[in-house]
This record gives sequence, C-alpha cells and structure tokens, in this order.
Amino acid sequence: MKTIGQTIKSLWSLIVGLKITTVEFCKPQITVHFPRKEVTNLGSYRGHIDLVPLANDPQTPRCIMCGYCADTCPSGCISLKFHMVGEEVNPEQRRRLLLGLDVAVPRSGGKTPPPDKIERVLDGFHLNYNYCSLCGLCVQGCPVGSLAFSRDSYLVGRARQDFEFDLLARLKSRAGTNSGKAAA
Amino acid sequence: MIIELLATPLGHTVAALVAILAFLGLNGLVMVYMERKVCGFIQLRPGPFEVGPRGLLQPVADALKLVGKQLVTPLGADALLFWLAPFISFAPVAICFLPIPFGPIATGMEMNLGLLLILAFSGLNALSLVLAGWGSNNKYGLLGAARAVAQSVAYEVPLLLSVLAIAFQAGSLNLSTIVEGQKGILSWNLFVQPLAFVIYFISATAETNRAPFDLPEAESELTAGFHTEYSGMGFGIFFLAEYSYMIVVCAVATALFLGGYDGPFAPGIWWFLAKVFFLVLILMFFRWTFPRVRFDQLLNICWKWLIPLGLANLVATALVMKLVK
Amino acid sequence: MPHDAMSKLVGDYYTTHFTPDPTSEGDTLILNLGPQHPSTHGVLRVVVEMDGEYIRRSEPVLGYIHRMHEKMGEVKTYLQYLPNMGRVDYLHALAWNWAYVGAVEKLMGIKVPPRAEYIRTITCELNRISSHLLWWGAYILDLGGITPIFYAFADRERIMDILQRVTGARLTYCYYRFGGVSADIDDDFIKETREFLQHFKTRLPIYHGLVTGNVILRGRCEDIGVLPVEMCRRYGATGPVLRGSGVAYDTRRFEPYSVYDQLEFDVPVGKNGDAMDRYDVRMAEMVQSVRIIEQALDALPAGPHVSPDLPERFIPEKGEVYFAVEGARGKIGVYILSDGTAKPYRLKLRSPSFSNLHVFAELAQGTLLADAISIMGSLDLVIPEIDR
Ligand code: SF4
Ligand code: SF4
Repeated sequence: MKTIGQTIKSLWSLIVGLKITTVEFCKPQITVHFPRKEVTNLGSYRGHIDLVPLANDPQTPRCIMCGYCADTCPSGCISLKFHMVGEEVNPEQRRRLLLGLDVAVPRSGGKTPPPDKIERVLDGFHLNYNYCSLCGLCVQGCPVGSLAFSRDSYLVGRARQDFEFDLLARLKSRAGTNSGKAAA
Repeated sequence: MIIELLATPLGHTVAALVAILAFLGLNGLVMVYMERKVCGFIQLRPGPFEVGPRGLLQPVADALKLVGKQLVTPLGADALLFWLAPFISFAPVAICFLPIPFGPIATGMEMNLGLLLILAFSGLNALSLVLAGWGSNNKYGLLGAARAVAQSVAYEVPLLLSVLAIAFQAGSLNLSTIVEGQKGILSWNLFVQPLAFVIYFISATAETNRAPFDLPEAESELTAGFHTEYSGMGFGIFFLAEYSYMIVVCAVATALFLGGYDGPFAPGIWWFLAKVFFLVLILMFFRWTFPRVRFDQLLNICWKWLIPLGLANLVATALVMKLVK
Repeated sequence: MPHDAMSKLVGDYYTTHFTPDPTSEGDTLILNLGPQHPSTHGVLRVVVEMDGEYIRRSEPVLGYIHRMHEKMGEVKTYLQYLPNMGRVDYLHALAWNWAYVGAVEKLMGIKVPPRAEYIRTITCELNRISSHLLWWGAYILDLGGITPIFYAFADRERIMDILQRVTGARLTYCYYRFGGVSADIDDDFIKETREFLQHFKTRLPIYHGLVTGNVILRGRCEDIGVLPVEMCRRYGATGPVLRGSGVAYDTRRFEPYSVYDQLEFDVPVGKNGDAMDRYDVRMAEMVQSVRIIEQALDALPAGPHVSPDLPERFIPEKGEVYFAVEGARGKIGVYILSDGTAKPYRLKLRSPSFSNLHVFAELAQGTLLADAISIMGSLDLVIPEIDR
C-alpha cells in the first residue's frame, strides 16, 4: 500500500514539473532582442576610461599630469606624455613628477592644486584598453576627477591596435564635434 | 503508363518509399524547428529567429551547414563500420513507415504483419548505435554503445507486451485493421487500455533514446555518447534517424491507441498527422522538463514495473477477450 | 599506418602514471573526464579507472587554469591587487573582495563606516544568491535537465543588473575598497533590490516544483555521495558541503565579521550528507540570504560609504594577518605577510573549492559514472578558484 502511495506521489511530481513548463511555455518571452530592442540599464555600463574636460574649455582635460593613475593601474594600461613649459627637464626630475608626490592629492575629490604647479602640457594620454580590467582605481583615485568611464557599450574592433587609444585626441575630436554640433 | 505501374503492388511500394523519404527529409526540418521553438518557449526565449521569417529557414541553414562540413574519420577507427552505422540507423526507418496507415487509403503497403515489421526493423537501430560506438574507437562512444544495447534489449520487451495486448484485442497485426476497429472517440484504445498506452509511451521514449532516457548520448556524462566522433552529415543522419523514429513511434501510438485517422470534419490524414505531432510535442515537453534517469534506474523501471504490469495487462486482456467471445 | 599513429597515443604524464589499482581484477578502462568535459564546468580533469560503468579509482588533475594569483600578490601593491580578487572565484567575487579588503583593513587597523558594512553585506548576499542560482542550474544540467538553468539565469540576470548599478560590472566585481566600498548605493538600488526579493520569493516554489520534488532528481541525489563528518574534517571541507553533513559551521556565525552578528539568520544543515542534503542546504541558504538582505536594507544607516580618514598610501607595518569570510562554496581565507613595504611579502589564498574537490576522489570510488557526475556537481566546484 505504501509503495503504491509513493509511486503515485512520485508520478504526480512529474506532472507538477510538466505543469510548470507548460505555464512557462505560455508566458511571454523575456529575451531582449538586440538589434530591435536594447536593454535599459546601459546607463551604468562601464566602457573604457575617458578624459574629462575642464568646465570652461572642452578642448583641455582637467588632468594635472600627476601620474597617479599610471602608477596605480594594476595592469599598467595608462601612459602619459607631457612636456614642461619653458625649461628643460632632466630625467631625475621627471620621475619625481610622475610619482606626483608634490602635486597629487589622492582622493581629494577633484580639488584642483594651486595653479602655479601646472607648468606641464599634456601631449598624449595613452590607454591600452586590451589590459584594462575596468577596476575603477584610476577613476576613483584621480585627484582632479579627470577620468570617467565612457558609456560606449558597442565598441568592437578587429585588432589589438583598435583598443589602444589616445584619450587626448579623443577628447579633442569629441570637443570638435560637440562645438560643431552646437554651431549647427 | 505510370498510373499502371503505380497500380502494381511493387510500383505502389516504390512510390511509397520515395514519398516516405521525401516526407522524412521534410519532417526532419519541421521537427528541428519545432523542437527548438518549443524549447525556446519553455525557456522564455524566442528560439531561432534570425534566418528567414521567424527563423523558419533555420533548419535549412543547419542542414546546409552539416552537409558542408568535413567528414572526419577518427584515428584508429574502423572506417567501414564507422560510416556504415549512420546508414544502418536510417535505412530501417523508411521501411518502418510502409505499413503505417496515414489515412484510409494512404498506407504505403498493406500487410498482415505490419506491426511486427515495424517492431523488427526498429530493433535494428540498436545495432547501428553499437557499430557507431564501437567503430569510432572512442571510450565515450563505447560506453554509450554498451548502454544503448542494454536499454534497447530491455525496453523491447514491455513495448511488445503493450502492443500485443492491442493486437489480442483487435485480433490482427495489421495496423489498418486495428485502426478500423476504433471508431468514435470512446472506442479509442487509449480509453480501453490506458495502462497499455502508458507502458507503450514510456517504452517508446526509451526506445527512441529521448530524454529522460537519453542515456546512450547523455551529454553531461558521455559528452555525446555513441556519436561523439561523428561530424557533418554522419551526425546529421543520426539526427534525422532519431527524429524519424520519434515519428514512427508516435505514428504507431496514434494508430494503436488514438484511433489513427479517426476524426470528424477534416480528411483522415490531417487527423492522423495532428495526433502524431501532438504526441511528439509531449515527447518534447518531457525532454525539456525532466532530468535524466540513471542507468540502473532505467533498467529497474523496466524490469520491476513495466514488464510485470505489461504482463498483467496482457493476461487481463486475454481473459476478457475469452470471456466476451 | 593507423596503428603506427595509434602507438603514439599513449597519453600524457598523468594517464601513463595513473597505475591501475593493483587489487582490481580484469580489464579496466582509463578514462579522462575533462579537461573539456561538459560536466566539469571549466577545465578540471579527472582521470578515472572504470570497470564497466563503475568507477574504481579517480584522481583529479589540476592546474589547467592556474593564473598565479598568489604570486601576483607579491609583485603588486596592496591597492593594485584588488581587481585580482574578483577573478579568483568569478561566481562569488564579492566574498573574495571582502576577504582581501578585510585582511588589509585588519592589518592596517582601518575602520569601516557602518553604512559601508551594510552595503557590503547586502551586495555580498545578493552575489551569494546569484552564485547558488548558477550552481542550481548547472547541477540540474549535469543531471540532464536543461530547462532549469534558463530560469535560474533569468533571475540571476536581475541580480547582475542590480549589482551593475553600483559596481559597474556584471561578473568580476571589484567593488570593495579598503575602508569601504567604491560607490554608494542609492534609492533606486534599494527599490530594485526589494522588488527583486519579492519576485524571487515567488520563484522559489517554481524551482522546488520543477526540480526539488521531481522523483527522477531525487533518485539521482538521494543516498548518492554520502559524506561523513569525519571525512569532511580530514579534507577540510567547508561551506554547504560540510553543512550538508550536519555540521552547522558557518563563518558568518562562528567568527562573525562585519555586521553579521547583528543580523538574524539560520544556518541550514543536512542530515545524511548525501547530494540531496547539499542541494537542500543551498536552496535553504538562498532563503536565508533573502532574510539577511531584507534586514540589512531595513537597518541601513546613513553616513559615508568609505572611511574619510584613509592613509594616503597603503603601506602596512610589518606583520601578518588572516581573515576569513563565508563564501558561497565555503570558508574563504586570505593570509597576508607584510614586510613593511608597499607590496605584500607573501599572500596566501585559502580556496574552499580546493578542499571540497578532494573529497571527490574518495566519494566517487565504487559509484556509477552518472553518480560521480552527480557528486561532482553537488560539491559546487569553481575550477579557477581551485587552481588560483
Ligand atoms: S590621476 Fe588624474 S590628474 Fe593625475 S595623471 Fe591621471 S588623469 Fe591626470
Ligand atoms: S580601470 Fe583599472 S585597469 Fe583600467 S585603466 Fe583604470 S586602473 Fe587601469
């Protein structure tokens, strides 16, 4: 008697399973069909990092070339190129500047250092996105808030070189198109 | 001339075979599409969608892809057996279709022992699985083959028992006669012999190696079981054969239990196809709902439950038939 | 020709040195499960000696996804090592995050503001649910049921959406920072989390109906891989594997860190230690995680999400520290030896999967191949975590 009861119960469990799949069968699909629809949470998507321009000058990044990001990045993705205005720099000095001990105010939340310290001109801000782990250490550590994640979720490329960016050039071209748009 | 030729029994059979092969090819495409759509809907996704309108051409694309692939014979495989196996798997299916009464006149070949023919030829499938597993010189294949034999041998018995009960009742092994015996929904054997139907359906699932009894190809244990090493059309033919066997067992179930082409309004053949595909749909739901049983459990179900029940059912049927007559 | 080539196929070091059990009689088959086998979920390889369908002996072969995480710790600064933690166990990344930042905080005596502690608890438990969900789907997949993983992923997707809001990532989170978390949670996050919890409670009955009660599944799990407590001790198994055997050991309860001692939750345990018990424990743990998150959301205090007085550079004193948290797979431990420089002198990661895996060889002995797969699935192994 007991076995029969158990058998019926176990057979019933199969019916329960079938019932659930049948119910799900009739439910609307939850797939977001990509080219026709897009997911709604792209706002929090993190793309590669990008430079943030000064509020009053979209051509110039906020960056003060302290080198914090380049030093902190776990994968060594970031490299800066800049030159001093006016005087020649010897290698020894340059290293000190890169470490930025005298300038960088880590996690000061974008407090700008005194203007007399900005004697450098940014020539290039290279990002090797191939190795970036999107950890956010550079973005959160930048003393002047000069870095932000881009929102481009549809970035694709065919070669490694496609992911080596000059962020400064990107900033400039973006500013160009923006002002062009504004003019038009 | 052609009409005359068709009228001869041989001509009729040949024509039926050609029609069946065409049907099987088409059916493969339809079933692949159906299975993928059903599975998609169960899993809350749309299934194939991109190729053709609503993904209708997806199976065609799949078939073309399979045809275009390189055929690889694995190192150390027995090339003859290895390539013979898919054909041994597929060829009997066509013959199995011959005695099935799709409609009142749409029977490939009228024969008195139709049911027996189907059972005999579908048994050949196990042989092909063994050859495939053995010939491909692959340990997973071998394990799959061993499972296939044990499973087929075990499940042939309850299948026969349940079918025999119907044959007793109808007094014939001719499928058309059995169908003729069921007129009106209440005289369908499904209601006369529900136990036989359940046994038949479970055994049929096992015979066709469908989940939850898909042990010979259990992909989480044996990667792909007996067809691990097959590429391109070698795999494609196995695939086609599996789907064709599904149709065969469902068609036989329809003829035996669901009144065959019996139904109002529409011509019989549509009713027959509708019933067959309804059963196929149930098989698909099984596959996408249940986990796989273990090997010894599979045999346990067979020997401890299905065979005793089948025997009891058979004896009861025989007794009732005797008393009624 | 084919036979010539065959003679070269003798296998590699592990198969040739896997000597069959001397006591075994008759012909046995040496089979490589993995490194690319559908049910090893990653690149685990198990060499098994089979007698028909029965397993005589088995031996896991590790190292296919060794990424030198411990060595990397010695060449990176404390801060730079953070992203590594999300990649050790990508399924419960936040627990590893926590173990590491917790260890450094303990070493340097950094105080974490209460809001950050609660945020950590909420996100870590959400991550635990998503990890268990993935295990659930994958385990049923091992047992041949294909549909459940899609349902699990639909829910897991929502958790990932929620976590993406604050962490910016969907899988390999790098969210916790020394002294807090990298971004504060907002009202939308809280709202979405609450909605998800409500939704998840309606989903659980479906899961149980579809899978837990299913007679086929029970047949595949009950009395399979019975793991005695003594054996757990021997191998150092922790987490649901240990709790399934009836030991109520949970790091959150017995070495409470963060705010877990202020929250109410049960530690579910099993009775027999079979695969079904481990299954039940994990299913019950999801419910407990829901409870924890609800309490933490209610008690969420205001304040900063990261400690305001952090040192400029993270250079700890000389010393050593060990910090353990409860991950989805068991006790996660991080040991750091500092020599007073900017980089750790030695960093050791205790990965729970590593200990749990080694139970397998003994459990699988004498079982059917299908049972061995079921046992392996019930241990919930994450291969990258084993190899580290
Ligand atoms: S941390 Fe900020 S300011 Fe310093 S170099 Fe990088 S981007 Fe420039
Ligand atoms: S996000 Fe991390 S890995 Fe990427 S550039 Fe910034 S610091 Fe480097």
